Amino acid sequence: MSVQVNERTEPQRTADHNPLIKIVGVKKHFPISRGIIFQKKVGAVHAVDGVDLEVYPGETVGLVGETGCGKSTLARVIMKLYDATEGQLFFDGQEYTGYSRGKMQPLRREMQMMFQDPYSSLNARKTVGSIIADPFLIHKTVPKGRIKKEVQQLMELVGLNPEHYNRYPHEFSGGQRQRIGVARALALKPRLLVADEPVSALDVSIQAQILNLLEDLQTEFNLTYLFIAHDLSVVKHVSDRVAVMYLGRIVELAPGNTLYRNPKHPYTGALLSAVPIPDPDLAKQKKRIILEGDVPSPIDPPSGCRFHPRCPRAQFPKCKEDDPQLLPHHEGQVAACHFPLEDQAVMEQAGAPA
Amino acid sequence: MAEPLLEVRHLKVHFPTSDGVVKAVDDVSFTIDRGETLGVVGESGSGKSVTFLTIMGLTNLKSARVEGEVLFQGVDLLKLPVEEMRNIRGSKMTMIFQDPLTSLHPFYKVGDQIVEAIRTHQHVSKREAMDMAVDMLRRVGIPKPDERAKQYPHEYSGGMRQRAMIAMALVLNPDLLIADEPTTALDVTVQAQILDLIDRLKEEFNAAVVMITHDLGVVAEHCDNIQVMYAGKAVEYGSARDIYYDAHMPYTWGLLQSITRIDETGEKERLKPIKGLPPSLIFVPPGCAFHPRCPYVFDRCKTEVPELLPTNGHHAAACHLSLADKERIFKEEVLQRA
Repeated sequence: MSVQVNERTEPQRTADHNPLIKIVGVKKHFPISRGIIFQKKVGAVHAVDGVDLEVYPGETVGLVGETGCGKSTLARVIMKLYDATEGQLFFDGQEYTGYSRGKMQPLRREMQMMFQDPYSSLNARKTVGSIIADPFLIHKTVPKGRIKKEVQQLMELVGLNPEHYNRYPHEFSGGQRQRIGVARALALKPRLLVADEPVSALDVSIQAQILNLLEDLQTEFNLTYLFIAHDLSVVKHVSDRVAVMYLGRIVELAPGNTLYRNPKHPYTGALLSAVPIPDPDLAKQKKRIILEGDVPSPIDPPSGCRFHPRCPRAQFPKCKEDDPQLLPHHEGQVAACHFPLEDQAVMEQAGAPA
Repeated sequence: MAEPLLEVRHLKVHFPTSDGVVKAVDDVSFTIDRGETLGVVGESGSGKSVTFLTIMGLTNLKSARVEGEVLFQGVDLLKLPVEEMRNIRGSKMTMIFQDPLTSLHPFYKVGDQIVEAIRTHQHVSKREAMDMAVDMLRRVGIPKPDERAKQYPHEYSGGMRQRAMIAMALVLNPDLLIADEPTTALDVTVQAQILDLIDRLKEEFNAAVVMITHDLGVVAEHCDNIQVMYAGKAVEYGSARDIYYDAHMPYTWGLLQSITRIDETGEKERLKPIKGLPPSLIFVPPGCAFHPRCPYVFDRCKTEVPELLPTNGHHAAACHLSLADKERIFKEEVLQRA
């Protein structure tokens, strides 16, 4: 087990390097109403509850968290598939929070999304060719006569046989369908691609093919990715920086290797210790932080630090009363915890000099 | 050594269809001892689930042609009358599935479903059965089990449902638990909890466990032995250490190299996925079924089917490469990433 000290090269963050996507204080609450005729609001699901995030051009930011932490909702808010309850959204310095459908249209060319389930995200009644051609028809970026050629080029680009233009989605395997999803997302040459669990439904061997494809396309088209998944090892593999979400908030944000070596938030530590390691000996060295119970309901999130009811390090009353802010730790790392973990709290550095 | 708990000999499961015969399982042999955890690994369509559905007597014998022997505690299950098989299934040998929402009945309370499973096999009163069910729910780590037993599956979270499934599977103290992708639909944190739970209960009940999965990454910590399957055949079998530190089959290498590893700390490295797709089980390639996807293929692979031959001790691999080549390639190319 060799341990290298060099960090991944991070994208330059100089003054002329503005974030491609910047979101400030974004909240998304879904109202819960009672009654059939006289509906009244009785509460709200706090799906996203105050998130700040910046994504720089050319980088990949991973978003990781358990089911129900709000990561997919956040992605949909960024894409403006949902309207944010509060907060501001900027794309390339331009605010688009209040944009109407029509005004969003040109911006949609710049940001595209791909989804988890390659079975339900493709219309079963349309041929693959027309699925991929849809963006061209909607945005009219390509004259009608050239669409077929463009589509076939895209199919080739993502590793599909262009002769399969007239086939239907059911004739493709899961991995191939996910490639169709990639082709559709790339049709308009976007700058940002939001990928919501793009490989979770696939076999590992196919997973690896899709991850490599996304990586190649990023280099070729200088794409920026927001990559969402619940599997920390996948997220860490593809991302420059990883944001960990818990109950609608980002609790830690750090470069992948920093997060792996020196997680600060106990929740990150717990996620990390739950990731299976394909190495029987190394797996035994790992310290386990076992979480009790499930994620609490986002209808009535816990007071103070939202993680305190499950946190093995919580100290009372501080954690119950005082909501922790994101504070800097190592370079590029912020974490919201009153009692952060020590360095190397989860992974022993096997083979590293003591 | 005592006789193995389960011994499968030359099992074949073929499904004749109008397009040709689907050879879902093609001559698979293995044994499982009491207290052992066997991992069965392969891509979708490699025959891993069909093998164990057949062992459980759950393949439709009208559409499947089954050959071979399945000796469970010395009795050939394939020759048992349906009623006797029914007694074994669900009490001595149980199975849990990937999707716990579809394996629980949505109309019945969880407690009642476990009671039904108990009373199918044991003559106990409803009240006694309910006590057993609640006790079992407690042992699988469900808080307030007496209240939870009166709830419906939709009131449970995904991890809870899988716990309830495990409770149902283990309440009759089976000798063999077959877990078919038990954690694929779950979050990693819940996955770790469930796998630990299966390990712990295995000890408590002195049962054997079969863990079916497509992800070699998941089972390293939990399996004693691992069987890798490809296109209906077992292509490698060995202890967990054999597979992770000294694998002898290019397909296993491919699976190992496809895993994104959390412990990789150096420069971003590319994954090395297995190229192409698994073959159709109707037109299995001649020779070694893996040869069209294998980076180390040579002439012999295209004509001659490799046998699953032991290389050292009980570690066996079905591959024509020489042992020296296998060890060299594994060290130079596969372990590189680790």
